[in-house]
Amino acid sequence: MSKKQYWKGLEEINPSSQYKEAVSNEFQEDLPFADVENIAFATTTRRDFLKYLGFSTVAATIVASCEMPVRNAIPYAIKPENVTPGVPLMYASTYVDGGEAVPVLVRTREGRPIKIEGNFDSTLTAGATTARVQGSVLGLYDAARLKHPTLDKQEASWEVIDKTVMDAMTAMGSAPLYIVSTTLNSASTDQAIAQFIQKYPNAKHVMYDAMSYSGMLDANLNSFGKRAIPAYRFDNAKVIVSIGADFLGTWISPEIFAKQYSKTRKISAKNPMMSQHFQMEGMMSLTGSSADERATCKPSQYGAIALSILNALNGTASTLAPTLAAMVAKIATSLNASKGSALVVCGSNDVHVQTIINAINNAIGAYGTTINFATTNNTKKGSDADMNAFADALKAGQVGGVMFMDCNPVYDNVNGKIIADKISGLKLSVSFNDRNDETTAMCKIAAPTNHWLESWGDAEPHTGYTSFMQPTIAPLFKTRPFAESLLKWSGQNIAHVDYVKNFWLAKLGTQEAYDNALQKGIIEPETMPMAGASFVGNIADATAKIATTKSSAAGEPELIIYEKIGIGRGASWSNNPWLLEMPDPISKCTWDNYVLMSPNRSKAMGAELTDLNEVQRDKKVFSIKANGQDLKLPVLVLPGMHDDVIAVAVGYGRSEGVGKAAANGTDVTGVNVYPFVAKDETGNASFYASKVELANTGNTYQLAITQTHHSYQNDRPIIHEFTLAAFQKNPNELYNERKEEFEHYTHSFEDGGHSSEHGEVAAKADAETDAKVEMTKADEDWQEAYRKNGTLYPNHENLGLKWGMSIDLNTCVGCGSCTIACQAENNVSVVGKEQVLLAHEMHWIRIDRYFAGDPSKPDSIQTLFQPMICQHCDNAPCENVCPVNATNHSSEGINQMAYNRCIGTRYCANNCPYKVRRFNWRDWNEADCFEDNAYTDGKRDDMNNDITRMVLNPDVTVRSRGVMEKCSFCVQRLQGAKATAKKQGRTLKDGEARTACQQACPTDAIVFGNVNDKESAIYKLRYEEQKERVFHVLEDIHTLPNVNYLSKIRNANVLQSADPEKEEHTAKAEHA
Amino acid sequence: MLSYLKSMAKEIKVYILFIAFLVLHSFASKAAPDGKALFQANCASCHNPIKKATGPALQGVEARVPSKEWLYNWIRNSASLIASGDAYANKIYAENAKTAMTAFPNLKNEEIDAIIVYVNEYKDPNASKAKESGATSEEPSSDNTLLYAILSIVMLMVIFILTQANKVLSRSANAKMGLPSPKDVPYYRNKAVIALFVALLVIGFGIWLTNGSELGRQKNYMPKQPIFYSHKVHAGINQINCLYCHAGAEKSRHAMIPSTNVCMNCHKQINEYTGAETHPLVDLEGNKIDGTKEIAKLYEYAGWDPVKKDYNRDAQGNIKATSPEWVKIHNLPDHVYFNHSLHVVSGKIDCQRCHGNIEQMDEVFQFADLSMGWCINCHRNTNVQFADNNYYSIFKKYHDEIKAGTRTDVKVSDIGGLECQKCHY
Repeated sequence: MSKKQYWKGLEEINPSSQYKEAVSNEFQEDLPFADVENIAFATTTRRDFLKYLGFSTVAATIVASCEMPVRNAIPYAIKPENVTPGVPLMYASTYVDGGEAVPVLVRTREGRPIKIEGNFDSTLTAGATTARVQGSVLGLYDAARLKHPTLDKQEASWEVIDKTVMDAMTAMGSAPLYIVSTTLNSASTDQAIAQFIQKYPNAKHVMYDAMSYSGMLDANLNSFGKRAIPAYRFDNAKVIVSIGADFLGTWISPEIFAKQYSKTRKISAKNPMMSQHFQMEGMMSLTGSSADERATCKPSQYGAIALSILNALNGTASTLAPTLAAMVAKIATSLNASKGSALVVCGSNDVHVQTIINAINNAIGAYGTTINFATTNNTKKGSDADMNAFADALKAGQVGGVMFMDCNPVYDNVNGKIIADKISGLKLSVSFNDRNDETTAMCKIAAPTNHWLESWGDAEPHTGYTSFMQPTIAPLFKTRPFAESLLKWSGQNIAHVDYVKNFWLAKLGTQEAYDNALQKGIIEPETMPMAGASFVGNIADATAKIATTKSSAAGEPELIIYEKIGIGRGASWSNNPWLLEMPDPISKCTWDNYVLMSPNRSKAMGAELTDLNEVQRDKKVFSIKANGQDLKLPVLVLPGMHDDVIAVAVGYGRSEGVGKAAANGTDVTGVNVYPFVAKDETGNASFYASKVELANTGNTYQLAITQTHHSYQNDRPIIHEFTLAAFQKNPNELYNERKEEFEHYTHSFEDGGHSSEHGEVAAKADAETDAKVEMTKADEDWQEAYRKNGTLYPNHENLGLKWGMSIDLNTCVGCGSCTIACQAENNVSVVGKEQVLLAHEMHWIRIDRYFAGDPSKPDSIQTLFQPMICQHCDNAPCENVCPVNATNHSSEGINQMAYNRCIGTRYCANNCPYKVRRFNWRDWNEADCFEDNAYTDGKRDDMNNDITRMVLNPDVTVRSRGVMEKCSFCVQRLQGAKATAKKQGRTLKDGEARTACQQACPTDAIVFGNVNDKESAIYKLRYEEQKERVFHVLEDIHTLPNVNYLSKIRNANVLQSADPEKEEHTAKAEHA
Repeated sequence: MLSYLKSMAKEIKVYILFIAFLVLHSFASKAAPDGKALFQANCASCHNPIKKATGPALQGVEARVPSKEWLYNWIRNSASLIASGDAYANKIYAENAKTAMTAFPNLKNEEIDAIIVYVNEYKDPNASKAKESGATSEEPSSDNTLLYAILSIVMLMVIFILTQANKVLSRSANAKMGLPSPKDVPYYRNKAVIALFVALLVIGFGIWLTNGSELGRQKNYMPKQPIFYSHKVHAGINQINCLYCHAGAEKSRHAMIPSTNVCMNCHKQINEYTGAETHPLVDLEGNKIDGTKEIAKLYEYAGWDPVKKDYNRDAQGNIKATSPEWVKIHNLPDHVYFNHSLHVVSGKIDCQRCHGNIEQMDEVFQFADLSMGWCINCHRNTNVQFADNNYYSIFKKYHDEIKAGTRTDVKVSDIGGLECQKCHY
């Protein structure tokens, strides 16, 4: 087979002895006995040994012979009618975080939510979820949530709070009261706020977004007279251009965009067409890593690039540097060729840049085709100008009081310092936030609102698309919905449930209609109305303003402040151990933020090889000076970064009130980089800085990077990638390669025909028998023949079901939703940073990141993601080496793991070619029968809190110390689906059994089902529709995986992986 | 040897078939009056044939009601009959404390007739009880351990005396003949004694290990419960269907212990135990139990005021009920997934197969040891509902084999019933 050049990290190109050792060992460290040497050379006498043996035997006998504990079975006193213990109930609801709203289904068991799924009825998301949606269920059980309202930090009753607030508001007189919130898009809450303002006409509602889109909204106001974000239709686009917008990861509505985007990336031999995606950006983003063509630039150049594209559309040549100019020319040609089916987006918060983007989209006919103003996206509505005005009023002492709803300006706003200084002087300061965060800590009153899983309500993420919220659990703490508090204070004594109901009864007419809406969870138009908008923006003014943008001098760095896919703006996510431990899709780092830097820059800054090496944990700490701030962050070297760009993520460096995982005393997770955010001349927040000073502090800091954990040697074909042109020309290339390699197995060992030594014998034997029949059959049956004849082991027979999974490398964008979905479904443990450093992380899905290209040329980097799970091999190497038969094969093709049988020899993990087995080195979850044996590190300990443990899935065993675990294909779901079918006396339907990763995937990259069913999607995919793209990883070692992958097709001219220069490069590096 | 095993297996098969035949046969003969099953499934929770329960005693009911048609209508939907202003319907309703009767719209005329026939033929079970019992409960075998022990000791003594005598005799004989006697070996150097001692040690260790594997098992576990609840009175004498209270057994992995409001469906009316003479309740220690007092305990939990004949309610109108903390008898380890509904619905397994003759137990004890071997053996020996359940249509090979006559049945083990992840995940 052809060998292409991929590398997981820099250490693979230039391997150090440390890396080689790490890769060659499944377990990267010695046994965790500090005194292991002493034991080996101890002078324990035979007598001592016998004494201990005798003592421990007696002790074990005494312990074991204790009486069985008395267990109680406590039934419901009055059983709710629709609850059957042991049977899950699904409720339609809405995930809400700031303006983000995703229609979801919530799985509850015995009245507690345990898992979030996307709502497949929604035409917007079609069931897509993000890692944060998946992780939000853990936030419900967050031990750091406020458990009651407080007045001056003391617990108070709601009556006292109500009285204090209403007295203060009367005392305030005509001084204005500000309600500051994130984007809110609930119609009923809007009405409640309006009624509150009606009662107190001095009240003002200010919305802002921590990661601001204010510049874009202002540009749309200038260009179209409408301060709104339109609905994007990536699914209608043949050419997609993004300038620094991470629309698959964090930009506006990533779950919807990823779904739409994936529709344009589904490709088969019958229909070999796909969109072309250009990305120009400063840092290496998730979206950039999926791009077909990518070029890097400084963020200060975004405006100039946008202008160049606009000019190039009209045939004016670009004045940019040659590499960028070439890219701009390519983009312009593609855009011109697909007018009406092209789309340009930009991540800048600069009004002028966004105005030019609007002009480009106008020129390529995007409005009305790929950008829709008939339905607007309400995810971001905040105004930085309003927020600045609020800060000015505070400064001038013109504010009577303030209320904060789901926002934390002290932590995340440009005006945070002013607000922090002035809050205490106000007559009234109320925070509705769910925890004692930076802003709440400064407020007189904390009036915590309910978690969305405890709430009634509604959200309108897109105009006309309402998604309803219903509680799936009674409030865990003494909290009260935000709207109910506001109404109470405006004199309306109404429960939120009734308020929401009355609001919708008035709109929908009947109780039945409301009930239906709640049950379905959504009200949506059948088809999305589509309309363009006429562009009236001032291009000349924007051009002039962009021309004055200051870039950093050549060779000097610029800074990008970005949002991580797991942690987002911060909020409650900063204390979510699932998301903190989720490896960042690009950097593969857990638990911290850091400064991203290109290999060239780090070399220029004096970093030696160890800093480039992800095996090396000690990272140099650099001090970064920008915007008058000096912050110190460890350096993480990442190929694909522009040499003059560094990037830092927000959401870290929280206060103690946020929770143990965010900050446990002085042990704070990461550094808060919001202070780097500055106001631009229009008053909008700018997430780029061009005046940055970098200096090595000489200190080091350990970063827990998982990239080199569970590595396997990469000199065999693990991924297959083709350019679109090559695939169109010869779609069968991969199929033929595989066939060529394996078809000689159509002769079994018994025939003596399979090895080359006996080739002649085989040929003769064929000639003698009816060779023709054999050959025509072999054309289709070579896979079956390889299965049977490629091994001496017996072949497994799958009589009824045979489960199989397919993962499409072309649509997988690496977002990590599956990792967190799997964690929630399968009670996968969080281990904490110290243990991640020891490669003890437990994730069942590891998303391998591969680069191709030259690390010293950031534009050449091409990225590939490969989710790696247990491959459920039919000829599994792990099964053969287990001394106690704890891992073995089921008749349905599942590689089973019996935890209670495992004695922890770890032979299986050593023998697994895919490195997907995870060992429980410690008692993570107090699952051992020994007390006080649980692992604690001060940060992840709340996972074992009585409240947080409610998130555990009761259908899955919580593993104890010393056992091996791995992906089970969500066997509990398979068994559940089979049980339902069996009880109803019918066969299992395709799609009835879905794995958690499959359900969570926003791009439908994962297909799962019964391969024995010829009508199933997985069978059709493997043997009909995608026959040409199917491959198995390490197929040649005859493990017979039940997981297959579909080859990556890149709509680019050149594949970096096929670069012949790299061979030389590697050779040179080795000689050096 | 192998052929011998095979023939033995065959014999066992025949034997099992024979037993299966007997069981089925006895079932068939018992199931003859359709009315009994229907009565138990639908009526028994509120009605007794000869005693007034929540509803009136049913014996001779068709003679009391205006017409048979009226009775059909009443059973299918009593509420509408009451609403229509029917005089007799309203009279009955009033007589029974205005407790609405559950509607059974699906019962056919013939089925109702069968129930009436059964009810009329019903005789007080306490009268015939003496005859029935004993057939199922095992005759307690007299314990001969002591006798054997004494016999063994006597025999050992005899052996000892004889060997000693033999020794003395041979020694004196040797002395007479002038031959040297073998030197006396102290017992702790005697090889035979050492061998015996080691053998005993090995056997003892073996027993210890075997018993060790039983640790954590609770066969025959029979704890004291917060309320002396007699399954015999409910499921046995009054023949209430198991699923009436354990409704989860058909739907969920848990059979479910009923909440107190389920108990109160009947016990709103039944406030005393009237069977004390025919079936006195006695606990394990031999103490007499007053059934009526036990019902009073239930009222305490359920928040029911037997004097007011109404629930005690809090300010919000919620019933002030608490849950009895029953002691769990059947405990499976956390890593075992057992699903009642699969066994009951698709496996069509009787409750008694695992829980024993529960309808004969006043206090419930654990009937089976619930060990993995016990589960596995059942999975080896039990047939799945292969022909009747369409789910199994995907097993083409077995269907072909059955058609071809090479296979008679499909065991649970044939469809993966012995695999780890059938129960452990």
